[in-house]
Amino acid sequence: MNIVIPIKQVPETSNVKMDEETGTMKRDGVESIINPLDLYAIETGIQIKEEYGGTITVITMGPPSADKSLKEAIAMGCDDGILLSGREFAGSDTWATSYALSEAIRAIGEFDLILAGERATDGDTGQVGPGIASWLDLTLSTYTSKVVDIKDKSVIVERMVEDGYEKLQLPLPALLTVVKEISFPRLPTLRGKQRSRKVEIPQWNLSNLKMKEDFLGLNGSPTRVVNIDHPKVTRGGTVIDVRNDASIEKAVSQLIDYLKSKELV
Amino acid sequence: MDYKGVWTLGEARNGELKEVSFELLSRGRKLADKLDEELVSLILGDEITEEQAEELIKRGADKVLLLNDPALKDFIVENYSNVITDLIEKYKPEIILAAATTMGRTVMPYLAIKTKTGLTADCTDLDIEEDTGNLLQTRPAIGGNILATIKTPNHRPQMATVRPHSTKAAQKDESRSGEIVHLELDKSLLDGRVKKLGFRKNEEDAINIQDADVIAAGGKGLKKGENFAMIRELAGFFDGAVGASRDAVDRDWISYPYQVGLSGKTVTPKLYFAVGISGAIQHLAGMKTSENIIAVNEDLGADIFKVADFGIVGDLFEIIPELNKQLAEEVSK
Ligand SMILES: Cc1cc2nc3c(=O)[nH]c(=O)nc-3n(C[C@H](O)[C@H](O)[C@H](O)COP(=O)(O)OP(=O)(O)OC[C@H]3O[C@@H](n4cnc5c(N)ncnc54)[C@H](O)[C@@H]3O)c2cc1C
Repeated sequence: MNIVIPIKQVPETSNVKMDEETGTMKRDGVESIINPLDLYAIETGIQIKEEYGGTITVITMGPPSADKSLKEAIAMGCDDGILLSGREFAGSDTWATSYALSEAIRAIGEFDLILAGERATDGDTGQVGPGIASWLDLTLSTYTSKVVDIKDKSVIVERMVEDGYEKLQLPLPALLTVVKEISFPRLPTLRGKQRSRKVEIPQWNLSNLKMKEDFLGLNGSPTRVVNIDHPKVTRGGTVIDVRNDASIEKAVSQLIDYLKSKELV
Repeated sequence: MDYKGVWTLGEARNGELKEVSFELLSRGRKLADKLDEELVSLILGDEITEEQAEELIKRGADKVLLLNDPALKDFIVENYSNVITDLIEKYKPEIILAAATTMGRTVMPYLAIKTKTGLTADCTDLDIEEDTGNLLQTRPAIGGNILATIKTPNHRPQMATVRPHSTKAAQKDESRSGEIVHLELDKSLLDGRVKKLGFRKNEEDAINIQDADVIAAGGKGLKKGENFAMIRELAGFFDGAVGASRDAVDRDWISYPYQVGLSGKTVTPKLYFAVGISGAIQHLAGMKTSENIIAVNEDLGADIFKVADFGIVGDLFEIIPELNKQLAEEVSK
């Protein structure tokens, strides 16, 4: 089983707090981490490798500093890392990103399975995983919640849809995007960390990888961001404190009045 | 460019059109009117009826492209992508809107690559740019902390998935008429690689959170799984769904399909109750765009109150039973 896992380095936002005055999120001085939703893909890959053997290559497109995330994935149990990095990739949208990643994956050679997180917590699009499958003409299962079996050159999975779970059989090579339910990510081990320090991460770009230049970066991206707004998240609603003998009954009836005023009851 | 017309991709499930198909029509109608072009609803399936196609017209479509075939009964992305890509080449629509559902968010990115055009995910607002006629697509990113407006200036069609519940469903107008085009499936477009082996329904709570207008969600403050009973009762008054924070799911009080937030589902109901949920940013990311947010929490400092339209600070074990009691009285009135 040769597995490729595209991952993304994103800003760590779990400790971000709201700015009381502007009502927006404070985002200064945040660290970079592996997209938390990619950890489920990494864990799934390691479990498959443990059962069926093979190697796992993690790949990311990003600044040179993104090799930190690749090393962390290797410390968890992945084997190799590839960093796609260069000016030519700057400004890529999901179309151009999935193109560059798919060309790099092609260059890695034979693989059976690509595993990706459902979406990245910064861009929130969920389009790169399916996009890579489309570029490489792979079979695709999104929102995958369980790998049931791998046999006869195919993978049987469950995918979570609105009202339940579909069971699909996909011939390999296949691409799965996965959700949290599929696995519980392990932490890097000490031995893994030591190993990751020794692993050389090659850096790929137009100078050593054949790609269509006009499909890359901002130039290759069909979409353009034309405006960014920072919406207020605070609403300044009514808050009634009933902790000190204020009447709960009255507070609840005010809530019901509120719901009535919005025609919700 | 000779691309014309606005398309919406309808969705049906178990023989019924999904509400989100009508939401797409209300988005699409507005855009088509601004562009002075036709609104077309494309729908694929195996048993879409003439009446259902009529309903799409009554709710705003000028034309319905209807493709029924047993091979399209199940959503298999490779098949759907091939079929839609082929139709795009034939009809050349200018805009295609699909719902940001598990289907839309799978088929649209797959076919955006094939048709070499841009796609914007999970939009909450759409408009037409005055001078250029380009589609302006606005979407939340970074867990809803920014709103980005995106356009696709030089590629056609312009494609977007639209967040369910982010607009009202188009109402029926019995006086509307339009054309229903029955398409034949070109069997050579069937990919044939992936097989659907089965389906199992969520048993725990019948109503799924993404389709619900009202969600009552519980968190760690509920203290144990059995206490979800009062959350279910609360949801029941509104025919709503039950949701949960990750901490409640991780304690096995309720299963993962009901988790709201960054690593769960994003929802935009009309009404969201957050009970015993602190309002961590990862939870907010999944429910912040709800129309009305009601919070019940004993900690006045909990972040959930910042996004609440109405909050009660106090013991949920006293407040929720009282709320259920008063709602029961309302219902019996
Ligand atoms: C990568 C990542 C992804 C995540 N994804 C998600 C996600 O998708 N969804 C999600 O929800 N979280 C997610 N989290 C977790 C999130 O950070 C919080 O830990 C979680 O939301 C907290 O759940 P909670 O509000 O139920 O629990 P707590 O934060 O413990 O809050 C419980 C609340 O209940 C109140 N309470 C207790 N007893 C009572 C009482 N008797 N009456 C009234 N109020 C009471 C307390 O005051 C408290 O505010 C994620 C975290 C990370 C790092």
